[in-house]
Amino acid sequence: MTDSQPVISCRNAWKIFGPDPEQFYANISADMSFEDMRAQGYIAGVRDVSVDVAKGEMLVIMGLSGSGKSTLVRCLSRLHDITAGSITVDGQDLGSLSEKELIELRRRKMGMVFQSFGLLPHRTVLENVAFPLEMRGQDKHERRKRALEVVELVGLSGREEYFPRELSGGQQQRVGIARSLAIEPDIWFLDEPFSALDPLIRREMQDEFLRLQEMLGKTIVFITHDFDEALRLADRIAIMKDGAVEQCDTPDQIVLNPATEYVTKFTEDIDKARVVHAGAIAKPVNGEPVMGTPVSSGKTIQDLARLLVDDTRDLIPVTSDDGTIMGNLDRVEALDILLR
Amino acid sequence: MTAIDTQMPARIGSLSNARVATILFAVAALIAIAKPILPDGLIRLPDWMILPWAPWLQAMFDFVREDLGLIYVTRTITAGLEFVLDTTGNILYGKHRWPYLGPISWASIVGASGVLGYWLGGTRLALIAGGTWVWTAVIGQWELAMETMSVIVVAAPIAVAIGVGMGIQAWRHRRVEVALRPILAVLQTLPFFTYLLPAVIFFKVGPTAAAVATIIFAIPPMILMTTLGLKKVSPDIVEAGQMSGSTRWQMLRHVYMPAARTEILVGVNQVIMLCLAMVVLTAFIGMPGLGAKLLAMMGSFKLGRSFEIGVTIVLIAVMLDRLSKAWIVKQPVHFEKGSPWSQRHFFLLAGIAAFVVLALLAWVVPYFHEVGRRQDLSMGKEIDFAIKWVLDIDAIQATTQWLRWFLNTKVLIPFRDSILWLPTPSAILLFSAAAYYVGGLRSALVIACFFGIVALTGWWDRSMITLYTVISAVILATILGIPLGIFASRNEKWSGRILLACDTAQTFPSFIYLIPAIMLFGVNDVAVIFSILIFAMVPLTRYTIEGLRGVPVELTEAADMAGSTRRQKLMHVQLPLALPTMAVGFNQAIMFAFFMVIIAAFIGTQDLGQELQRTLAGNELGKNFVLGTCVSVMALAFDHVIRRWVTDRKSALGLD
Ligand SMILES: Nc1ncnc2c1ncn2[C@@H]1O[C@H](COP(=O)(O)OP(=O)(O)OP(=O)(O)O)[C@@H](O)[C@H]1O
Ligand SMILES: [Mg+2]
Repeated sequence: MTDSQPVISCRNAWKIFGPDPEQFYANISADMSFEDMRAQGYIAGVRDVSVDVAKGEMLVIMGLSGSGKSTLVRCLSRLHDITAGSITVDGQDLGSLSEKELIELRRRKMGMVFQSFGLLPHRTVLENVAFPLEMRGQDKHERRKRALEVVELVGLSGREEYFPRELSGGQQQRVGIARSLAIEPDIWFLDEPFSALDPLIRREMQDEFLRLQEMLGKTIVFITHDFDEALRLADRIAIMKDGAVEQCDTPDQIVLNPATEYVTKFTEDIDKARVVHAGAIAKPVNGEPVMGTPVSSGKTIQDLARLLVDDTRDLIPVTSDDGTIMGNLDRVEALDILLR
Repeated sequence: MTAIDTQMPARIGSLSNARVATILFAVAALIAIAKPILPDGLIRLPDWMILPWAPWLQAMFDFVREDLGLIYVTRTITAGLEFVLDTTGNILYGKHRWPYLGPISWASIVGASGVLGYWLGGTRLALIAGGTWVWTAVIGQWELAMETMSVIVVAAPIAVAIGVGMGIQAWRHRRVEVALRPILAVLQTLPFFTYLLPAVIFFKVGPTAAAVATIIFAIPPMILMTTLGLKKVSPDIVEAGQMSGSTRWQMLRHVYMPAARTEILVGVNQVIMLCLAMVVLTAFIGMPGLGAKLLAMMGSFKLGRSFEIGVTIVLIAVMLDRLSKAWIVKQPVHFEKGSPWSQRHFFLLAGIAAFVVLALLAWVVPYFHEVGRRQDLSMGKEIDFAIKWVLDIDAIQATTQWLRWFLNTKVLIPFRDSILWLPTPSAILLFSAAAYYVGGLRSALVIACFFGIVALTGWWDRSMITLYTVISAVILATILGIPLGIFASRNEKWSGRILLACDTAQTFPSFIYLIPAIMLFGVNDVAVIFSILIFAMVPLTRYTIEGLRGVPVELTEAADMAGSTRRQKLMHVQLPLALPTMAVGFNQAIMFAFFMVIIAAFIGTQDLGQELQRTLAGNELGKNFVLGTCVSVMALAFDHVIRRWVTDRKSALGLD
């Protein structure tokens, strides 16, 4: 899943909003709180964030409203220039790109679905979807064909000629999704892309993105408020608060070993059994005997509930994806998670 | 006052603005009282202080024109413009020029405009658009109207193009915006004669100069609206455009401009209306058409014909305004996928069809091609007769005569004489005192500086007459307009009606307002004041209604619950809150008045306007500019003080 070099690498990035961010940044101390900054008229939209996203990975960003998720994604796509730190994409320093290179990068590699849709009001659905293709100068006939395809994919056939104001919120959002699907970028920024969709379509869309990620190895940064969605999609989850990333890890680790009190509270109400996989709590065999039928490491504790209750073994062997035994699952420990 | 005072940065010591203003006022009064013992040099500026600005400016213009060769540039432009104007002239009214196709029969234009009107706004607009042209043709003014239109159809698009271009630059580069702002402010206060004369000198007399003056006159609002619209484009779609990898040009073309469509079209509407207003006025520099005819008819006191032409101009104004406003609000509608070309372009086809069919009809029945000299339904003589008859009714005659007598002897002449009697320094101090009261030291200095300029030009007396005319008219307009607004704001129905009337009246070219004034009062000062008065009343009434109706409902309800009477509510809640908005209307009224007072020169005033009109005859560009500056700085002085007051008042009230 992971390549050696990350596709996106973000090092100590800061984005400060206010009258004179650079000046302000130069004078802050490390322990200055979000509230202190706000008292001085500045807001740390992104605060000292370092994350890497590997090729083909899906990173999900979560956090309360106003915690800086959209701002971080905007920095990664250079819609915002960061105040300090550095961000590289495919080894290129984002901040040092010229206007032309940036346009080129966005045309070839990046795509984004916006929280607020960002549809052009004077263009029909089809023209909106074809917009990025048009910008890169694709021929009219071809871009129309492609646009029709993706419009069908998001279930808007028959509304190709509508204008955005004639669509419902969910339909508008699907136009936004279609617009970014039309170009199938390598790096995808999705800012709450499914927030306005009904559960059925939402699931279809999730599947579509999972398919693209797996088949074509797309790198995706995904913002959501919905933990279930995060679990379905995420390779790793980053949890943000007041502009800072509190923890960035696999879902299992986040619920099992929350790094900060905030993360503990954030994940408090989540049913851990649904998150934690057998592989994540399996202990190395260490010479203990391996007994009976193994379970697959990709199963969650919840998937294994019946087995855990019915089984009598203390240690249940776990196989990794390639079928070899990777360790033993302590049944009592697993039951604790299940019955907590 | 206290709430405002605390926010004033510029103060002298611990004295409040009101105190300083009183002191200044007292000094002004002292100087005035001491007039008999003052040396002449303090009553009016001594001659040696008045520099020969006019000849200097003239020399400068001549230098730029001849020696720097500006005239060659303008001649080239003239040639190009003339060609385009000849073309539209040929098409619209059959001017004997390339492409020798015209004139288009009026019936065809009626048909095409009707379809356009229907497309933009249904049956009502179809009737307005078609009906206006039917009236114009049938009354026998087709050729005049087409002469006027042939300039508008050229000037408006050019003004829009230049305005949008400059608006984009101003939006892109802050420096351009900062540089443009004062220029636009001055352009919007310059009397129109100051547009006309340079146009005549640098471009040929007639349609070409008219087009140039019109274009320059109409550009400023287009710049402002373009910049405004571009600034307002929502960041959402800007970001969407950027992430699609748009280049700067693509962003502008595909994202910004379409998203700013509404503001840009509002600008287009204003350009069209200003073009019409100005084209009519270019009659003063020999532009043929409706304006020239109106000028001639009014000059020979043919009120019936003047009235008819006035109606035509008003109809055209209303039509152009309604059509362009309908275009602003028109949203694109979608067609089902796969609908055929003919369905998508139904109205285009219908328009062409109407045009062609009616052209064929006109070919068979000449009346529909051109209404002959004896076929028109003009009733100038009859209307003349009717007007004379009405004005001869004793009651009416007695009223207008009494009004004339009363205004003249009791109000206007005493006021004028006293303002002329004031020694210059005393007058300047007086104005500055008022400015100090409103805006503190800075405003007072600005005002002193502005009126100082007027004094230094040597045109003090004429300027004071202009000022007196403007002030009298605006005061009278306030006395009439604000109660009217208060009355109308009481209920929905009347506000709607009066606002509609104001909106419509505001689209009329200012020239029109002279017609009723001359009808009622003949050619004299009272007619001048009257024409300015009705012109200036429009914004006053309108903003009064808007201000009063804009008062938040919670506040009026709170007043109701506190048991206040209607009158108490008005005096203590509604008026104070509406006052800033009303002041904006007052400011506009003053700007309108400065514009109108110059036009009224035509009736025969003795102020700057009259002198300006004379410069046209003598090609005295230098003098024209000096006089124009006088008008402009006086208007700017009012503008400055009122704006200042509005801003302070608004922040004191916690509005926006
Ligand atoms: N352009 C801006 N100027 C000033 N402050 C901004 C700007 N954009 C965002 N902020 C501030 O930065 C903080 C983070 O905003 P952001 O939009 O990233 O939140 P979010 O996590 O996406 O929230 P939500 O879940 O509601 O979308 C907020 O406090 C917001 O007010
Ligand atoms: Mg957000």
